[in-house]
Amino acid sequence: MADPIVKATACVLVHAPSFVRYGSKPTREIAGGGEPVLASIEAHLRSFDQAVAYPPNQVFIGNLHPDRLNDIDPPWTDHPIEGASPSGPFGEIVSERTFIGLLKAADEFDLVWLDTETAPGFLEAVEGSPFQNRTDLEKRILPGIAIERILEKIATQGSLPLYHAGRIIGCIHRHHDQDESLTAPILLENLMTKASGALALQHLLTHADGTAEDIDFVLSCSEEAVGDRYNRGGGSIAKAIGEMCGCIHATGCDIKAFCVGPVYAILHAASLIKAGVFKRVAVVGGGCLAKLGMKFKGHVAHNLPILEDVLGAIAFLVTEDDGETPIIRLDSIGRHTIGSGSSQQQIMEALVLNPLDRIGKKVTDIDRYATELHNPEVTVPSGSGNVPLNNYRMIAALAVLRKEIDRSGIDAFVASRGMPGFAPTQGHIPAAVPFLGHAIGDIKAGKIENAMFLAKGSLFLGRMSQLSDGLSFLLEKNPRAR
Amino acid sequence: MDSENQAAIKKLVEETGAENLVVVLGSANMDLAEIAARTVTVGDPGFAGPLAGVSLRLPVYHILEPEVKAAVPAEVYEQQAGFMELIVDTDAIGKRLAEVRRSAGLSA
Repeated sequence: MADPIVKATACVLVHAPSFVRYGSKPTREIAGGGEPVLASIEAHLRSFDQAVAYPPNQVFIGNLHPDRLNDIDPPWTDHPIEGASPSGPFGEIVSERTFIGLLKAADEFDLVWLDTETAPGFLEAVEGSPFQNRTDLEKRILPGIAIERILEKIATQGSLPLYHAGRIIGCIHRHHDQDESLTAPILLENLMTKASGALALQHLLTHADGTAEDIDFVLSCSEEAVGDRYNRGGGSIAKAIGEMCGCIHATGCDIKAFCVGPVYAILHAASLIKAGVFKRVAVVGGGCLAKLGMKFKGHVAHNLPILEDVLGAIAFLVTEDDGETPIIRLDSIGRHTIGSGSSQQQIMEALVLNPLDRIGKKVTDIDRYATELHNPEVTVPSGSGNVPLNNYRMIAALAVLRKEIDRSGIDAFVASRGMPGFAPTQGHIPAAVPFLGHAIGDIKAGKIENAMFLAKGSLFLGRMSQLSDGLSFLLEKNPRAR
Repeated sequence: MDSENQAAIKKLVEETGAENLVVVLGSANMDLAEIAARTVTVGDPGFAGPLAGVSLRLPVYHILEPEVKAAVPAEVYEQQAGFMELIVDTDAIGKRLAEVRRSAGLSA
């Protein structure tokens, strides 16, 4: 059987400024610094229109090619795209008002209460959502709960206030008073992953031929840890997301691998297709609340808006070869093995050189490399450097060591085969795959023949191993395509 | 530089003597390298770790500075640092560390 393809892609953003306070870093800083920290955060939040017009966000949903960012002087915050649309070929940027309605649509346990005064507005915002019909949504959202009851729950029973437009509009409850895995903040994290992941999957289904019922396997590569006190991280949010989207004939499970999760999930999906076990596998990654505002201190210090005010969510449909769409070469998988070593050079050799050697290609035979595509405007102000640029220089250095290019050719290599980072710093979301939609378009248009996707992970963050990690694959023009 | 590393360096100085030590940094991130260099010369700029307010004035260099390169056998250097030498702006990192040494009263 021929190698599988990525038939459709979806990339969506959720503008969630009122949730920035619940990101891990802001939560800790507010706890330590109180009201002034919160006031500083709120003074640096963006409007929805600003988030929509921000050039990297337009690249993420497919309205701009990543190369266009090379033509826009930094800071990109100063150069909004005129007439920018929240809808793009890969997905959309949804407002917080819509997303709060979606949270309720995702809520199977009445965890979220919305107050009677604002509930109709959230219903209106989410109306037209493909998830449930108007009657179902109305039942979930209306008539809402009296604000006095909401405030009492917050004051006495561990519920977490939900904010929108500067006021409390509801709350989310814990679901057990002694279970650390079912506290209100953890359930909010999980529900936001589910709702944003479902949004991405729904967009995927609208881009793909076929219906939700045709999906037979869902793999989640999200970064949450769904479970209770006996099985923290027990998982299967894949099926919760699939259920929300009506994938009634699908089964599914989760793939966890820190920031490499999406690439592992695509590898699993492609392998299952090639083995003939499933026909249409949806890979989905919901957004990550914990990472909102992660580097807000750097943005505030440089008087930039807090750019980590969006959740990113992705979805990919992996199917059998259709004779047109670029293929995932399953003989090209680059693997960072347990014995590979953890220096940057060893990791890059494992992910780039080893697979290329195996299939008889040179570093310069690859037209485009997609690495972790973190938006540098998010990371540089906080001292974390320009992640994609560093990765591209490393790949170019491999080409120098192989004597494929001269040292003086590093910058040109980076400019022609790399790209500026454009993805929100949501851990798994920047893992190369936001370029998949662009790459498929470029290959089909004959602009490039192939693109390598590689992502690295930091297994040591969980304190169980000192290992690093990584995985790569090559996307190539379909040999049967005319 | 985290507290653990600061404590380790402080202990080494106590055991070995500052005059017998040279610090060689390896971070490819210039900002982090500069902070580490300041920490082992004039003390922890964040005033958080064991070297807060402790001025060790240790000579500090980056692995990609010419002084270190000259002190290492060429073959070993190529093997261990050749890759990063291609990636990092070695002149810029050298200037940053020379400035730290100068401001700490060490020979630049």
